[in-house]
Amino acid sequence: MEKVDYDLVIIGGGPAGLTAGIYAARAKLNVVLFEKLVPGGQIIITDWIENYPGFPDGISGTDLVDKMVEQAKRLGLKIESNEVISLDVSQQVKKIILDNGEVKSHAVIIAAGAHPRKLNVPGEDLFYGRGISSCATCDGPFYRNKTIAAVGGGDTAVQESIFLTKFAAKVYLIHRRDSLRATKILQERAFANDRIEFIWDSVVTGIHGSVGLEKIVVQNLKTKETKELAVDGCFVWVGILPNTDFINKAIELDEHGFIIANDRMETSVPGVFAAGDGRKTPLRQVATAVGDAAIAAFSAEQYIESIKK
Amino acid sequence: MAEGILEISDDSFEAEVINSDKPVLVDFWAPWCGPCKAIGPIVEELATEFGDKIKFAKCNIDNNPVSPAKFGIKAIPTLIFFKQGKIVDQITGMTAKSKLEKTINSIL
Repeated sequence: MEKVDYDLVIIGGGPAGLTAGIYAARAKLNVVLFEKLVPGGQIIITDWIENYPGFPDGISGTDLVDKMVEQAKRLGLKIESNEVISLDVSQQVKKIILDNGEVKSHAVIIAAGAHPRKLNVPGEDLFYGRGISSCATCDGPFYRNKTIAAVGGGDTAVQESIFLTKFAAKVYLIHRRDSLRATKILQERAFANDRIEFIWDSVVTGIHGSVGLEKIVVQNLKTKETKELAVDGCFVWVGILPNTDFINKAIELDEHGFIIANDRMETSVPGVFAAGDGRKTPLRQVATAVGDAAIAAFSAEQYIESIKK
Repeated sequence: MAEGILEISDDSFEAEVINSDKPVLVDFWAPWCGPCKAIGPIVEELATEFGDKIKFAKCNIDNNPVSPAKFGIKAIPTLIFFKQGKIVDQITGMTAKSKLEKTINSIL
């Protein structure tokens, strides 16, 4: 059998990758986890998680990830800071091409997650970091007693808008539909919050300012009317895009780039598994990511055993 | 505070950053910012790697609100690269070490 560096390579150090690592380490696989930034993924920028069981008062994203990393390391998971540039999965032994070299592995779990989608309107890049943001916990305190906008209608948009009212005097929550997609408990809190003003059926079409952001242009999709809103900041939570560019179609993806995997988390290529937000799935939560990952690690372990026979 | 990273304030900003002979990388951060805590160790590694060519500095924006406001910073972590007192590059948000290395090499 061809020599490999690892039984299993896990790509991504968010909740999915860390969970896969915990299971793989306990299965005594020769495993490594590659994370291009630092472990945590998107939950680092989540202010408060209250739907992950075991934390009755809720827990901050950073605290939860610290605990996951601690648990994974205690069980012996090797976590390396390294970026996966591409994959060669055309042979039974998989090659993982890294920023500074390449490793060979029997199996791969892709848990590379997703990143916030942009509005794709003029001015967005120009004012990124100078008024445009997608991290309320990082940037909320810059807007004490200011007026800001938030865009989106899902859980993230609504929960983070509520968080922003700790600082901002007013938050315009701009949503392209006439009702929210967010879970009911968040909707109730948002509707009861007198610092949040909803702007329904509307999208942001322009972002303007000088040194920093000063105003945005909002268009009502039903009446086609546009209006300017004077705001100091604009937070964007209009969904996510998968971090799957490095896969370069080596495995089957859906039309948006999310990985297609079956209920055993097997992708179109034997020995390559997927877990977490980068997978085509109806719900993307910490709870679903860790569930995916446990199955992916179990399937990977069985696959590795089968090829070693 | 890691060795080789200078803690700067609004008072020392002019002398340490604007008037520095060496290029300066300033890491604007705050203790309540998760990604800032995450990028901190990466900046420390870069300081070890490039400390002879670049001055590395950290500015706590909670205690020093004037300097970030001067550059329109409303998001952290933000890294600003100064050369002869002028901004040559600016990066906001969590960023891979490899990308920061490339940016540093491009401005040296």
